[in-house]
Amino acid sequence: MAKITYIEHDGTEHVVDVKTGLTVMEGAVKNNVPGIDADCGGACACATCHVYVDDAWKDKTGDTSAMEESMLDFAENVEPNSRLSCQIKVTDALEGLVVRLPESQH
Amino acid sequence: MSDLGANIVILGAGHAGGTAAALLRQYGHTGPITLVGEEPLAPYQRPPLSKAWLKGEADADSLALKPLEFYPEHQIDFRPNLRALKLRRADKLVELSDGTTLAYDILILATGARAIKLPVPGADLAGLLELRTAADAEALKAAVGPGKRLAVVGGGYIGLEVAASGRALGAEVVVIEREPRLLARVACEALSDFFQGVHQTHGVVFEMGASVTGFVGENGQVTGVTLADGRTLPCDAAVIGVGATPNDELAAEAGLETARGVVVNLEARSSDPAIFAIGDVAQRPMPLYGRMFRMESVPNALEQAKQAASAITGRPAPAGEVPWQWSDQYDLKLQIAGYPFDANEVLLRGDPASGKFAVFHLKGDQIQSVEAINSPPEFMMGKQLIGNRKAVSKAKLADPSISMKEVVA
Repeated sequence: MAKITYIEHDGTEHVVDVKTGLTVMEGAVKNNVPGIDADCGGACACATCHVYVDDAWKDKTGDTSAMEESMLDFAENVEPNSRLSCQIKVTDALEGLVVRLPESQH
Repeated sequence: MSDLGANIVILGAGHAGGTAAALLRQYGHTGPITLVGEEPLAPYQRPPLSKAWLKGEADADSLALKPLEFYPEHQIDFRPNLRALKLRRADKLVELSDGTTLAYDILILATGARAIKLPVPGADLAGLLELRTAADAEALKAAVGPGKRLAVVGGGYIGLEVAASGRALGAEVVVIEREPRLLARVACEALSDFFQGVHQTHGVVFEMGASVTGFVGENGQVTGVTLADGRTLPCDAAVIGVGATPNDELAAEAGLETARGVVVNLEARSSDPAIFAIGDVAQRPMPLYGRMFRMESVPNALEQAKQAASAITGRPAPAGEVPWQWSDQYDLKLQIAGYPFDANEVLLRGDPASGKFAVFHLKGDQIQSVEAINSPPEFMMGKQLIGNRKAVSKAKLADPSISMKEVVA
């Protein structure tokens, strides 16, 4: 279990407990956090679960796969700390993780 | 005009119905929401049924759209194992299979589609399966394994995904397709050939241009598929994936306008202003292509759930989308954006032999659709260009050494 804070583009914070083994995307969707659409349900096929990971968490959230990298390269509003949240597995080490959401997922 | 206190009934607890319920709460609807589902399960993801779930890589919890406690926590009255039998529009009532009725101010039809059955002798034998629900997938999972012989009738996406999963589980798989090529209704020839080659490499056997005339069995259990040329192919189970038909009878009997699906407008509203229809059951306008059509895809279900929830709660309609879908087979990710309507040229980018390529369908110098294999840039940029209608340079598009970011003319 890890406590994760999702911050919407307008600043609204959602703090939820996410089970180990789920992804950061699933943590948002299953708790009805707005702003993460996740159209494909985690297949790394749509780039609608885009988040910004706070720098302090960059290492702990793991590497970006070639597929994810290449999807992100063509998504909108991409920053150096952009990730697809369906590709970040939740572990105990992510306790306290903060992710920010882009203005839109399309 | 919106009424956030209206009494909303949603018929169908699939991807569309479940998402509409959740979005209505997210968008501030405070009135009652009742979600009626025919299956025992709360809304879940269907795409993994033919892929990760079949291979045992996903469990029921991970399939669920929301945890079960989500529904009471958000005052959504989820009622499983129930069917709507009749819609009484004049009374704004729905008659249910348990003999009760439900009153509504606003009704959302999300009744989906059902698998088409083959009208041939032996079609009621045990071991003949379809794949729409978790229960179907459970039966299929039990029927495939090392040494088992699986016949797949229909070489569309579901059939091919089942074939790939069947091979991964060690089954012998034969795919029987009526048309001379795979994916005939939905993909171009280059893609059909490519997929057939990949599946053959993985040991799938194909019977192309072959019609199924019946099934034979012993003690009520299927043992073979009979083809029009007289041969019988032995099998322990058969999956029928020959398309689906919308569950629009309830609407048609109630006098709503239907045309292979419930006809709706851009708000997902039917010919009765109090009734919406979303997902596989809806025949909807797609302004991008100047046409009405019915789509069977998750992105379509989500988009229409958004349209209906926005209209009901008085939010602005979502920006028009570019329809898209995906399929995973073996280590291949196929991503498709748009539809090749009115296209007059097919352009190949990359080499199919490399397992990484894209097929663009062009109308003049505009992209109508793209089919991308293991090629996210082509899919992502193609999808944007389909939406914004920018002209592209065909020479650049055909040259994979030029970035997709540079292909605008």
